[in-house]
Amino acid sequence: MNTSHLIAIQTVCTHYKVEMSFFKKLNDMGLIEIVTIEESPFIYRDKMHEVEKMIRIHDELDINIEGIDIVFNLLEKIDALQNELLDVHNRLRFYEE
Amino acid sequence: MAFIDYYKILEVDKKASDKDIKKAYRKLARKYHPDLNPNDKVAEKKFKEINEANEVLSNPENRKKYDQYGKDWQHAEQFDKAKQQQQGSRRQGSYQSADDIFGDSGYSDFFESMFGGRTSGRSRQQIKFRGQDFNAELQLDLKDVYTTHKRTLTINGKNIRLTIPAGVKNGQVIKIKDHGGEGINGGPRGDLYIKFSITNLSNFRLDKNNLHKTVDLDLYTAILGGNITVDTFDGKVQLKVKPETQNDTKVKLKGKGFPVYKKEGTFGDLYITYRVQLPTNLSNTERKLFTELQKIRRS
Repeated sequence: MNTSHLIAIQTVCTHYKVEMSFFKKLNDMGLIEIVTIEESPFIYRDKMHEVEKMIRIHDELDINIEGIDIVFNLLEKIDALQNELLDVHNRLRFYEE
Repeated sequence: MAFIDYYKILEVDKKASDKDIKKAYRKLARKYHPDLNPNDKVAEKKFKEINEANEVLSNPENRKKYDQYGKDWQHAEQFDKAKQQQQGSRRQGSYQSADDIFGDSGYSDFFESMFGGRTSGRSRQQIKFRGQDFNAELQLDLKDVYTTHKRTLTINGKNIRLTIPAGVKNGQVIKIKDHGGEGINGGPRGDLYIKFSITNLSNFRLDKNNLHKTVDLDLYTAILGGNITVDTFDGKVQLKVKPETQNDTKVKLKGKGFPVYKKEGTFGDLYITYRVQLPTNLSNTERKLFTELQKIRRS
């Protein structure tokens, strides 16, 4: 099976010095998706940027998993609003030019 | 170089306990952390300030030195020299460089003058912070992203050669690793995120990878059929119009749409909608012939 789009959680744990339980909690909270292949847990590579952010928020700011969930939801809302603003700017520019 | 009041930055009293300082630092770090304030230069600056204040006030030796000299911080150098002489050669070679201690982190000149390069006995593990992610917006026209091309961007004074893949979408973000802000305390650099803002000034409407266009069709070609020339995104094509083509008829030109992102040579489709134009300002002859046609139609 091609696993090039996945990364072993064990590798991430070693690299960032975090416990495996942290990822299990993130998975339970629905913040990440764990894929199990031959009894080894993996996460998607393209989610690593978000996972890194979760680790930083957890370690550097002492924010628990529930807090991370709230932070991510709010950041998502900010991003959606910024996108909407960008769309409006684009449309406005179209009429102004 | 101005004196910096670290207590004021951390919003604590000069008599604050270590616990109070830690608590104040955590509170402010949560407020100004770069991950929680993307693209916010003010928050980034504030975060560096509170980090620097915490570096000094959370370390008993640094705090003592800071408290002792305060506004007379320029004398700190002399203080250190005297201290070094007292300690003699026993500790020579054990001093770390400023970079080792505080990292290449953009601390204030005040901090560097007072503590940089000569601080010793620092055994506490430094907290390394990853640099802030930078966000930039690149404005392009839809025509610019029809083909893959390279472009040089200047971001924070640095030139970055960027390949813009054909088919990139409005609002899409690409990440350029390690081109963000510098890390704090020797932490890794942040990343650069470029968001594409794509303006469509063409008369095509883009829906995913498909393009849509409305083409005017004269009544006679619509009824009798014929050939017309239509502009596509990459040039003109000739289309055969079937006889008795109705208004709002859609035809699909396969592969004449927009390029599919990161799938070189793959394109969406172009959908042409015919808008039949009815003649106006009829001449007497035309009116007569249309009346004739009407009669034939009704008989």
